[in-house]
Amino acid sequence: MTLKKRIWAGVPYLILVVSVLPMFIGYFWLLISSFSTQTEGLLPVGNLTLEHFSFLRESPFGRGYPSIWRVTFNTFLIASFMTITVVLVSALAGYGLSRLSFPGRKSFLSLTLILHAFPSVTLLIGIFFVLRALGLYNTILGVALVMVGFEMPFGIWLMKGFFDNVSWDMERAALIDGASRLQVWWQIILPTIKPGMAALALFAFISGWNAWLIPKTFTIGAGQQATLSVYLQNFQSDTVAVDWGAVTAVGLFQLIPVAIFFIFTQDLLLNMYAGGSKGGA
Amino acid sequence: MKVELENLTKKWGDVIGVDSINLDIQDGEFVVFLGPSGCGKTTTLLMVAGIYKPTTGAIRFDGRVVNQVAPKGRNIGMVFQSYALYPHMTVYQNISYPLKLKKTPKAEIQERAQRVADIMGIGHLMDRKPANLSGGQQQRVALGRALVKEPGLLLFDEPLSNLDARLRLSMRSEIKRLQVDLGITSIYVTHDQVEAMTMADRIAVINDGQLHAYDTPAEVYDRPRTLFIARFIGNPPMNFTEVEFSQINGAYHARREGLELVIPADRAEKAVGKGSVMMGIRPEDIIVDSKGIPGEIHGVEPLGRDHLIDAKIRDSHFYLLADPSLSLKSGDTVKLGFNTKKSQFFDIKSERSLLWN
Repeated sequence: MTLKKRIWAGVPYLILVVSVLPMFIGYFWLLISSFSTQTEGLLPVGNLTLEHFSFLRESPFGRGYPSIWRVTFNTFLIASFMTITVVLVSALAGYGLSRLSFPGRKSFLSLTLILHAFPSVTLLIGIFFVLRALGLYNTILGVALVMVGFEMPFGIWLMKGFFDNVSWDMERAALIDGASRLQVWWQIILPTIKPGMAALALFAFISGWNAWLIPKTFTIGAGQQATLSVYLQNFQSDTVAVDWGAVTAVGLFQLIPVAIFFIFTQDLLLNMYAGGSKGGA
Repeated sequence: MKVELENLTKKWGDVIGVDSINLDIQDGEFVVFLGPSGCGKTTTLLMVAGIYKPTTGAIRFDGRVVNQVAPKGRNIGMVFQSYALYPHMTVYQNISYPLKLKKTPKAEIQERAQRVADIMGIGHLMDRKPANLSGGQQQRVALGRALVKEPGLLLFDEPLSNLDARLRLSMRSEIKRLQVDLGITSIYVTHDQVEAMTMADRIAVINDGQLHAYDTPAEVYDRPRTLFIARFIGNPPMNFTEVEFSQINGAYHARREGLELVIPADRAEKAVGKGSVMMGIRPEDIIVDSKGIPGEIHGVEPLGRDHLIDAKIRDSHFYLLADPSLSLKSGDTVKLGFNTKKSQFFDIKSERSLLWN
């Protein structure tokens, strides 16, 4: 009886483990591969080595290519710009859409939803002309702005959802307590949706950090404006065999900030505020 | 603070939320807005608070029209059903928030917040977050936050609805005592007629956005001006049955099948000659009486001190309260005496009282 119960209790874990396994193996291989001279299947062959990390000192593609630090800085710049802009603008727009009734609110919301579902690839050529006309082609700012644009519909909807869950009573209470609308937003509403903002910040940062399509399209080759993902692509070449060790090493390098960022925000993500407001709407 | 509402109306497109309400509240008075959910009482309250703008009509505080004044300029405190505490702030920060916004000196904030917290009996919880408080404690914090700025008008929006029955009882008397002590003009919105009866100086009965009555609890109870009021006030509710009047030997008889009651002249005179009218009589005005009218017991609900009896006379039901020691059972025949001195009569069509209009 108890044995049977125990076996049943183990079933959910088994399902979880099996479903997570492919991802785990991927990361495992990434780690192994970047520190070993050669791998066969999942296992290292020969000695462990740090040789794949030589890209940290000098460009593996020779002169004329930006250093990894320059590329990292670019990526960081884009990701941070995206995080800040997306969170700030979405939080303001989401608040407005959730709380104020103004003409065009409904159509704005549905338009945003359509934009969110819109396949961004189809817009690339159009955006190219716009960027070139604005003189933003092949610039970090141009890439960042386009990325922000693509992320915004999602951000606005996410934030609106969080604002919708904040009770009107709390806002009314603050207005009666003597706060202005902006004070209500900043001092009362925003702090209560911190988890939502952290989630959005995390999404925005990761999508900026990992972006490949847009930086690839709107910057020239692996020039001074390259991001990490674009830089990684340089390892693929028609003339030389791909050095998978180096690819995984750069991949691992790219992974570090995301992991750190996640560690700092996961508390906020999980710790949704409880209590303080019951019933009512 | 004296409050006057003049033809106060709120419309959303074609939907009328509040329909031309007129009433005045004296300084220091405790007024209860009573009505079923969706009747417009909270809308009215939110207009007084400045959250909603009236469509037409005026709100006056001490004679000054405040229609266009923002909530923060109205010197009011409000307590919400959901408490509406700020979850990211401690109890102290919650209570002191209104003072902080007024840029009160820090030492004074501290002193006043502590004083209010002590009055509310939450002085020892100042460092807690709302999530770590019980419902009753949260309600006290909300009350403290409303009181700390020493408002001229206190607004309550069903503040006790989320508390358990026992706590509701004690908070009820506490709020009333506090209001009397501080003498702050108060408006209290509720759908609970017991709260209204026990707390109010005057009750405003609201239904479908209209003011049905505005009077003391005793008046509203004894002299319901509409059928709605008679139905809504009183627990268990008033019994209703359609009767027709006839005059026999100078005495007025109200009758329907199986039922014939002699009605005192002062009441009957106003209701006679109108054909079929709606008679209302409260459960406490029906007693088990050996000289009464025979009926059959249809159901018995033990309430502890009393039994609530559902008695049938032909096809009309009457609820009454009976002593449990009578040990009445379903199916028993029982004789009922009616205290017709307390009977009410309403016009069936207009649903207005024939006695008190």
